[in-house]
Amino acid sequence: MFEGRRQILLLFFIIIGLVFLGKLFFLQVIDDSYEKAADNNAIRKIIQIPFRGEVYDRHHKLIVYNTPVYDLYITPRKAHVRDTLQFCQLFGITRSYFDSTCKQARAYSRVKPFLFLKHLSKEDFARVQDAMVDFPGFTFTTTAFRTYQSKAFSNALGYVAEINPNSLQNQKDDYYRQGDYVGVSGIESFYEEDLRGQRGVKYRMVNSNGVEKGDFKEGRLDIQPIAGKNLYTGVDIRLQEYADSLMQHKVGSVVAIEPSTGEILTMVSAPSYDPSLLAGRNFSKYYRDLALDPMKPLLNRPPSAYYRPGSTFKLIQALVGLQLGIITPASVFTHAGAPVKCHSHNTSHNDLHNAIQWSCNPYFYHAFRKILYEDTQGNTYERSAQGLQRWSELVANFGFGRKLGVDLGNEKKGILPNVEYYNRVYKGENTWKFSNIYSLSIGEGELVVNPLKMANVAAIIANRGWYIPPHLVKAIGDKKVVDPFYKTPVSVGIDAKHFGVVIEGMKDAVLHGTVGGDGKIPDIVMCGKTGTSQNAKGEDHSVFIAFAPKDNPKIAIAVFVENAGFGGFAAAPIASLIIEKYLKGKVDRKAVEEKFMNKSYLPNVLSVTGPRPQKTKKDTLK
Amino acid sequence: MSNQNQLVSKVDWITISLYALFVLAGWMNIYSAVYNPETHISIFDAAFYDSNAGKQLIWIGTSLILIICIFAIDFRFFEAFAPIIYASFIGLLILVPFLGVTVNGSHSWFKFGFITIQPAEFAKTATALLLAKYINEPQVNLSKWKNQWVAAAIIGLPMILIIASNETGSALVFASFLILLYREGLPGEYPGLFIGSVTIFVSALLLSPWTILASLIVIAGGIIGLSPIYIQRLKQTYIKAALFIVGIMFMVFLVDFAVNKVLKEHQRNRIKVLIDPSFDPRGLGYQLTQSKIAIGSGGFWGKGYLQGTQTKFDFVPAQSSDFIFCTIGEEQGFFGVLVVIVLFMVFLWRLMYLADQQRSRFARAYGYGVVGILFFHFLVNIGMTIGLMPIIGIPLPFFSYGGSSLWSFTILLFIFLKLDSHRSDMLSR
Repeated sequence: MFEGRRQILLLFFIIIGLVFLGKLFFLQVIDDSYEKAADNNAIRKIIQIPFRGEVYDRHHKLIVYNTPVYDLYITPRKAHVRDTLQFCQLFGITRSYFDSTCKQARAYSRVKPFLFLKHLSKEDFARVQDAMVDFPGFTFTTTAFRTYQSKAFSNALGYVAEINPNSLQNQKDDYYRQGDYVGVSGIESFYEEDLRGQRGVKYRMVNSNGVEKGDFKEGRLDIQPIAGKNLYTGVDIRLQEYADSLMQHKVGSVVAIEPSTGEILTMVSAPSYDPSLLAGRNFSKYYRDLALDPMKPLLNRPPSAYYRPGSTFKLIQALVGLQLGIITPASVFTHAGAPVKCHSHNTSHNDLHNAIQWSCNPYFYHAFRKILYEDTQGNTYERSAQGLQRWSELVANFGFGRKLGVDLGNEKKGILPNVEYYNRVYKGENTWKFSNIYSLSIGEGELVVNPLKMANVAAIIANRGWYIPPHLVKAIGDKKVVDPFYKTPVSVGIDAKHFGVVIEGMKDAVLHGTVGGDGKIPDIVMCGKTGTSQNAKGEDHSVFIAFAPKDNPKIAIAVFVENAGFGGFAAAPIASLIIEKYLKGKVDRKAVEEKFMNKSYLPNVLSVTGPRPQKTKKDTLK
Repeated sequence: MSNQNQLVSKVDWITISLYALFVLAGWMNIYSAVYNPETHISIFDAAFYDSNAGKQLIWIGTSLILIICIFAIDFRFFEAFAPIIYASFIGLLILVPFLGVTVNGSHSWFKFGFITIQPAEFAKTATALLLAKYINEPQVNLSKWKNQWVAAAIIGLPMILIIASNETGSALVFASFLILLYREGLPGEYPGLFIGSVTIFVSALLLSPWTILASLIVIAGGIIGLSPIYIQRLKQTYIKAALFIVGIMFMVFLVDFAVNKVLKEHQRNRIKVLIDPSFDPRGLGYQLTQSKIAIGSGGFWGKGYLQGTQTKFDFVPAQSSDFIFCTIGEEQGFFGVLVVIVLFMVFLWRLMYLADQQRSRFARAYGYGVVGILFFHFLVNIGMTIGLMPIIGIPLPFFSYGGSSLWSFTILLFIFLKLDSHRSDMLSR
């Protein structure tokens, strides 16, 4: 009876079985969204930030490193604070902070750690560590802060900060995430990719409460973080600190270069700031203050500020004239017939040596006129254009009007006025001539440079005709990788024989010329040239470039002191002290040292804004 | 000795092998579900027996003792004592609210020392025995109203008592006796009506009344349109069709009403979550979503034994008991579940085949009772893990963790195997 019903039942069972298998096939084989959901469910990706590379000075002294700091986390379910008052005192927090943070933590999760207090120092950590046994449920994690050995090198080093939304969006290789730290300026920014290393990823399995349960696939998918590469700079941090101390109470720059290598020994921007302010938990607060400071402490002046070279440019004028064969060391120009005056000397035999030694304005006025007009054809407009063309080609070799390629992101090109430049300014070809542009002859007018360029000019003269692009970092990483660009000498196209007379002139400028007594180093032969840079801000900037010793030079330097007047007053003594310090390791002229450390040129600049000179201001030359 | 040999030759080893395979596979999956590489405990460590896998090993061992006991008992005992067994479990079900203890939020357990027993699990076996004995009466004809009422009473009494102790899931299992009754001659309309009501119930929940109305009109119109012309011309046809539609729509609204007013909230949620898993995302929806994620992440070949991340890290609640299928799905993949489902089908087929071999109607009816219960558990348990059935907490036979469940399924199955081994000794009626 009813035997057939077994078949019906079996059919029913099989239909159910097939429906289940169909659904399972869909879930397991066709739809892969469950697989992804499972990975998100059970696997937590932990980003491991490697230690950022450290920075060393030329004597392998550590100048930037990482200090561990401690973040305190609370796990509400395990947390138990018997004595809240003691806890708050221990950490220096208020009761309301404690209460509100605990509340946030509980709202976030009862079992997952929540950031309770950020960036405790090593000292704080040591202090509270013993007391922590009374407070279960609190754990520490270590992160690192950038720490600067010296306060004197902040502008060139730059700083590290949380990436801003704009950079985050515009990044090329999609490396950074919200909250990542990134080098913002200076070499921290320029060498960001070397310094940052490679982030690691650790996959940890978590259970349904978010509690970690070990490595996923025994850590086979983990990527070990690769520590950032160390940077070995050519900077002498002791010299840097010394130069920085001399630039107190002043606005300006010091750049010193080792001529034979192009390594930057010192790069001071004044005023500066304490780098630790931008490395701590109060970044945003201090950054705002610094950014709004009218003295612009965040501006790295050596590669970025605009100045006129002033009389220091006469050295190039001389070299260009000699190379073009338009003047010779024996060429003599009198003071007569020049709209510019000579301030310092009155000599009957005004040759090139003398002109450099005494920074003779009329001499270079005449020389520049000759450079423009000699062996050129046509009217004075056409001849000026032809002359300026050959002049600007040679001057450009010294790095004027272009970037030298220093390893800093904010290097400015400056301005080298050439034919096109004046055609633009005077609105047409052959609309200008020597009488319009003679200010160039003494390094004023439209010429714009920065201190780095002028230090490089000193290095070029020290080397008698070549330079290696100035750079802060001489080797990267343990393998000491060197960019070939910073190894290759660049010729400026001036024959070595022409440098003799210029260097002799510079030597005598220091010994018996424009440089005063404070700028003389008794036992070192320093060759230098003063400059007085006119500007729209007020008092002239004091400029001095030099190298020493005269034979086999070890240091080339440019010093700019804003609104300090004539180059021999402030810049030359400061340069001489730095050179003395570098070559002798100590400074014997204590009185001079003290005088210039304490001397303030600040009152003059307080009222002034904007470093950029007006381009077409008609200069009144002293 | 000869008695022993006779037993060995007469028991159905295919069924026993499948049983052993299921129990072993179940235990391995329970072991995997609780396995934690960090706090791994050796199977020879006493502490191991505090874990689910360890306890299940004890349940398996004791089940072997139960099997031996069942084979030792005279086969006639089960038929003769069916009323007494049934009565004692009814007694226990009555006593449970007064003497029981609460385990996992369910006040339906008896505690004997360290063992807790859920009488509801065993009441199924008792009911199957009594129902089979009743059907075995020569005068019983399931197409008769009177006999149908008696059968309904035998099934209904423990059901009501179990519902009273809030074990709706276990009570629903009693619906599976429809399979037994159907095989023994209950007119096909009854299971048809049952399936029809479930269909209406589910569609009332899933679809809006207007959709149901529209589809009913289309169906009725289709049937009438395909009918012979003379039927189409009869006024009655349309009246009947209208009555049919009105009747079903009435049921639909009744279901709506029942779901919203009669069902308790947690029961209502179990059904609602089927329709919308995002409903109650931290509770039942979470359970269903996590279950689907665990199974779905298994892929075709699975993640490998002990390699499942979802089940191991407690994402799926009740993973070693009611949701053990997730562990299989995650670690063994589609291939694994295919094997399990196919073997289960083979198992049910084998039991039905054996039942039809019985000379005694008692043994055959009991056999179909076993088939029905096992199938119902299979249907609901696997169905709920993949979102085809409401989340009703009933175990997957032989696989799920739990002493009461393993013992009761073992007893249920082996009584039948005992009866089967004596089929030549029984009289055919």
